[in-house]
Amino acid sequence: MSTAETPVAQVEKKQKKKTVQWGDDPKIGFVEALYLPAIAGGIATALKHAFFKKRSTAQYPEQKPEMPPNYRGVHRLNRDEEGRVKCVACYMCQTACPANCIEIIAAPAPQDDPKWANRDKFPATFTIDELRCIYCGMCEEACPVDAIELTSIYDLTGMSRQEMIFDKEKLLSVFDETSKAGLDPVRTNRGALGPASEKSMQSTDSPPPPGRGKHG
Amino acid sequence: MNWYEIWAELWPTLIAIGIILAVVPVVGLYATFVERKLAAAVQDRLGPNRVGPFGLFQAIADGIKIFLKEQIIPSHVHTFIYMLAPCISLMTAMFALAVLPYGPTPVNYFGGLRFIVMPGLDISLLIMFAISSLSAYGIILGGWASNNKYSLYGAIRSCAQFISYEIPMGLSVIGVILVAGSMNIETIVASQGSGDGISGWNLWWQPLALIIFFTSALAETNRLPFDLPECEQELVGGFHTEYGGIKFVLFFLAEYTHVVTVSFLTTLLFFGGWHFPGVPSEVTASYGILALQMLVLLVKVCGVVCFIMLLRWALPRFRFDQLMGLAWKGLIPLAMLNLVFLAVFESLGWHRWPLAVLSVLLFVAAGYWSAWQSQSFVRKASVT
Ligand code: SF4
Ligand code: SF4
Repeated sequence: MSTAETPVAQVEKKQKKKTVQWGDDPKIGFVEALYLPAIAGGIATALKHAFFKKRSTAQYPEQKPEMPPNYRGVHRLNRDEEGRVKCVACYMCQTACPANCIEIIAAPAPQDDPKWANRDKFPATFTIDELRCIYCGMCEEACPVDAIELTSIYDLTGMSRQEMIFDKEKLLSVFDETSKAGLDPVRTNRGALGPASEKSMQSTDSPPPPGRGKHG
Repeated sequence: MNWYEIWAELWPTLIAIGIILAVVPVVGLYATFVERKLAAAVQDRLGPNRVGPFGLFQAIADGIKIFLKEQIIPSHVHTFIYMLAPCISLMTAMFALAVLPYGPTPVNYFGGLRFIVMPGLDISLLIMFAISSLSAYGIILGGWASNNKYSLYGAIRSCAQFISYEIPMGLSVIGVILVAGSMNIETIVASQGSGDGISGWNLWWQPLALIIFFTSALAETNRLPFDLPECEQELVGGFHTEYGGIKFVLFFLAEYTHVVTVSFLTTLLFFGGWHFPGVPSEVTASYGILALQMLVLLVKVCGVVCFIMLLRWALPRFRFDQLMGLAWKGLIPLAMLNLVFLAVFESLGWHRWPLAVLSVLLFVAAGYWSAWQSQSFVRKASVT
């Protein structure tokens, strides 16, 4: 057998020579080899922080943090101008939810009530398991009428699991609270009706509602 | 010897033991508190500040919480050794305190109240080192009994570290022994009390020995920069991975006791113990002077403890080969050379002051040598 290398092997060898690189330890200079200057520097940094830097601790329960308005916290179910629940029970959010924590039972809108004359369906029950929710915001993305929104309420606590399953009334009351406190989230329509629930679709001549951003 | 004489010998010992037993756990608890506060300060935080004024009761709350914790013994451990290890750890750590004077103690102890369990022992420094090296047992047994690879790694590391750093520690202390002409800690302290109370400190002619001693002592306490046996990133928790609740606390207490011991030793051997300008250097029976001297000693010790805690947040951790290299290639030769210089000076009866300059020169030369070595090594490696 000949010992001559095939061209392929030669190329491979060349490539190997190029690709394999040895990392040397960084060269240690005289000052580094003394150790003490570096140690003194470390201590000086530590002391500088200990004595001259401002403390960045927030004293939480007394000093509440200001959440950004696009924070995704507890849900709310929006009301329209007439105080009805804005949700049209289309199941979009329930379908989109990756955590399977929304449960809706739809019912036909009460026909004899003139208030509900322009609606076909409404949610008879609407529950969200806040413990299961991962606060991804898919539900509000999916909702065609911007009926469900995530507010910037972050300190959600409860004494039992049952307590953390929010029903329709609870979610509507979150809406009442947050809209009263001016804590409307900025991502969606801030309570304005979405196009799908408009009586007529002639909303184009009015400027886009605030908070819609580029994608509005 | 009648009963009365035995009792006269016994009661000061019992009181001294009682003080150590009572104070050490409290000191341990509050050391964690101080450490947390210090860590917070260095990291621009506030630290514990909820329980009591300035969070002062946090240490007590922690203590109560940890005592009430459920005792879990993993099913895969050697139960007996597993339970024994933390006890050995704390026992040896506390035992080392027996020969440490925690207050002014005269060389020729005459009886009555005193601040040391075993006074007048001619080899107290030797006993100190003998016992403190025993504390490796607690860690090694703990790592072995845990039946867990990470724990065992931690224990082995700790073992290697102990063996390596005992040597420079011993060598650096021999200088102090030579200067004082005694292994008795009280004599060593008394020998530093000459003149105005500060010019006699061993620190002045042994700065290099101080650095070597302090570094090796830090390594013996397993604290950062040398906390390889328990470094979280590599070994989970090292030898105490499988320990929880009160058993973990015993290990922890042992570590803090070590820190306190090391601080005491550093103060007593190099910083003149209870000697300070303006404080009478003689240990007399006057309570006012005793209290003053004790205050001086404790303030110095607290300073060293705080410095050790500060170092933890100022320095990164060593790599294991660097750790070994530092001991064997750096500290041991340096300590030996330092010792030779000191021995020459002492035997010829020369004045000790040039030793300080020599120490610094030695240190600089070592730095230059190691820098040169590293350069030439890199050169050689790049040629081949
Ligand atoms: S935020 Fe995400 S997980 Fe929570 S309810 Fe909406 S879609 Fe489901
Ligand atoms: S997507 Fe909107 S409208 Fe449809 S069910 Fe959910 S909340 Fe109601």
